[in-house]
Amino acid sequence: MMGAITAALGIPALGYLLVPAREKKQQKWIEAVALTDLRQDTPEQVVFQRVHRDGWKLVTENAVAWVVKTGEKEVIAFSPLCTHLGCAVSWHPSDQTFVCPCHTSSFSPDGKVISGPAPRSLDRFDVRVDGIKVMLGEVKQSAEG
Amino acid sequence: MVKNVMDWVEDRTGAVSGVKHLLYEEIPGSSGWHQVLGSVAMFCFLVQFVTGILLALNYAPTPPDAHASLRFILTELTGGRLIRGLHHWGASMMIVVVCLHMIQVFLWGSYKKPREATWMLGVVLLLLTLGFGLTGYLLPWDNRAYWGTVVTTQITAKAPLAGPYILRLMGSDNGQIGVQTFARFYGAHVLLLPPLMMLLIGLHVFLVRRHGVAPAPVETAPAKKFYPGQVFKDTLAIFIMFSILFALATLARVPLGKIADPTDSTYIPRPEWYFLFLFQILKFFEGPLEIIGSMVLPGVAVGLLFATPFLDRGAAVKLRQRTFAIGIVFLAAIGWGGLTVAAMRSTPYKEPWQNFTAEEVAAVGAFRQAKCWQCHGVIPGDHKAGPNLADITIHEERDALVAHFKISAPDSGLRDLQLRQLATFMRKLDDESVGAIASAPGPVVGGAMLYMKSNCGICHSINGAGGKTGTPLNGVAKRRNRAWMEGHFIDPQKYSPKTIMPRYAFDAAGMASMLAYMETLKD
Repeated sequence: MMGAITAALGIPALGYLLVPAREKKQQKWIEAVALTDLRQDTPEQVVFQRVHRDGWKLVTENAVAWVVKTGEKEVIAFSPLCTHLGCAVSWHPSDQTFVCPCHTSSFSPDGKVISGPAPRSLDRFDVRVDGIKVMLGEVKQSAEG
Repeated sequence: MVKNVMDWVEDRTGAVSGVKHLLYEEIPGSSGWHQVLGSVAMFCFLVQFVTGILLALNYAPTPPDAHASLRFILTELTGGRLIRGLHHWGASMMIVVVCLHMIQVFLWGSYKKPREATWMLGVVLLLLTLGFGLTGYLLPWDNRAYWGTVVTTQITAKAPLAGPYILRLMGSDNGQIGVQTFARFYGAHVLLLPPLMMLLIGLHVFLVRRHGVAPAPVETAPAKKFYPGQVFKDTLAIFIMFSILFALATLARVPLGKIADPTDSTYIPRPEWYFLFLFQILKFFEGPLEIIGSMVLPGVAVGLLFATPFLDRGAAVKLRQRTFAIGIVFLAAIGWGGLTVAAMRSTPYKEPWQNFTAEEVAAVGAFRQAKCWQCHGVIPGDHKAGPNLADITIHEERDALVAHFKISAPDSGLRDLQLRQLATFMRKLDDESVGAIASAPGPVVGGAMLYMKSNCGICHSINGAGGKTGTPLNGVAKRRNRAWMEGHFIDPQKYSPKTIMPRYAFDAAGMASMLAYMETLKD
């Protein structure tokens, strides 16, 4: 009987604490920047607005992507969060790397790890180029290594 | 009369004899100053308990209000700074005292039979104390809190198998932290940990009583009573500890930074000082080895602490003969100290004004030009006729502030635009940025005013604010020297043939301050 009581309290408690909240899909593509504002092969810090559901709140917040134009209609957008522990990386033009201030991981312009403890390349946003509009989707985790 | 009341209380509750029993407990003749630390640690907890409740009575435990309510506590409530200071420094103090207590027990070998369980409970109490520190760190909801907790959650997320579940338990969704994480940390900090801590402290003290205070290997002096000798020593130690804490809380202001901003990539996260060594260890383990630094080493350390009474089962010996134990403490202290110093030295320090936009640095110049400092201090404790800007939050609308500037400093020579920019800047001040009004170097501030006057910001940007036609100016000073920059102002086309930048022939003083400003923009 005590077992039954424990289970009746414990199982819902575990679900309550561990199962992610039921969530509606967030808006899919967001216009972040115009293609004409980007320079070839130069990562640009782009701040764009997105509606983000944070628990019970719907917040319009600024989000950041490091956007690089790699070809006429080709664009890569990196998440600014270091794949090590999630500190924000920034672009250092003088040595052409992304550097994380926490444990000095550095990444090449195409996001690959050059040095430091980061376990994998920078994560990338899904990108769609629509005319001159650069649209960003969800962040996809990069492969290990 | 008093005796009658006491007799009644004793008869109905047994309280009088209970207290007597506690006070007149026999302790070994060797007891003394080295055993005061346990009482001091318990008192630290009491201070945290009381100040924590006081803070909670004015605190809105949800972001972003958490930050605003704490700012309200600090700037508008009587004694708010003091209570927050006591709670903040009390946390550090408690860690120090708990560790000293543990080191004392370790050195004296007081964990030996029959006190193994007392020691192990003590290790749990140490972990709970660290848990308080970890969960409390997020609650101010400034950048320090936010980014520090991002790192914490990411470390635990790397635990094998359990990682994702721990992350869920902390209310974090794919690395993001938000209102749910906050609610869980707050809940743990004020609802879960305190009763658990009280229960275990009670058990710990019960076990101390049950086995008695650990005696020396050879007791020469006769046993004595806890009261009054040891009680006096404990009280004096508590008083000294509290005096230090109170001095810290009043003299060392704990700044509340800018509200947490997940997009602020200029912020460099650092954990609280007692976790810095762990943060530093993580630099040594890359890729798949990372788990060693983040989980295995701390796990082994805690495991060894738990196992200490079983690894060292020898008979009690004098402190002087415990060379091995002294060696371990010595090595641990060197290792911990070395890692902490290394972490501190690798923390790049930026003056708050180095993160300002040109408009904000120029506003500092306007503040100085209008001689606002004649009435307003900007450093805590600097008493002048008007309110000290380090102690208040400015709620006035921008236009009301501009009117105030015009009345108070009619001859400032500042244009309306500059006054509006000054007002905007004043409304954004926080504990960290307010000091910049006094600390930003004069030439740099002059350079920023010239920068604004020359409208450089139409084409160029500094710290993310400004136009995009020209090169962002952050980092220029890293690539170019002063002579190059000076030449470039005078004749831009000579240095960058294709540039559309016009010539700027500043006068000598103007050029000097402009270059001084440019030279601070290294990254």
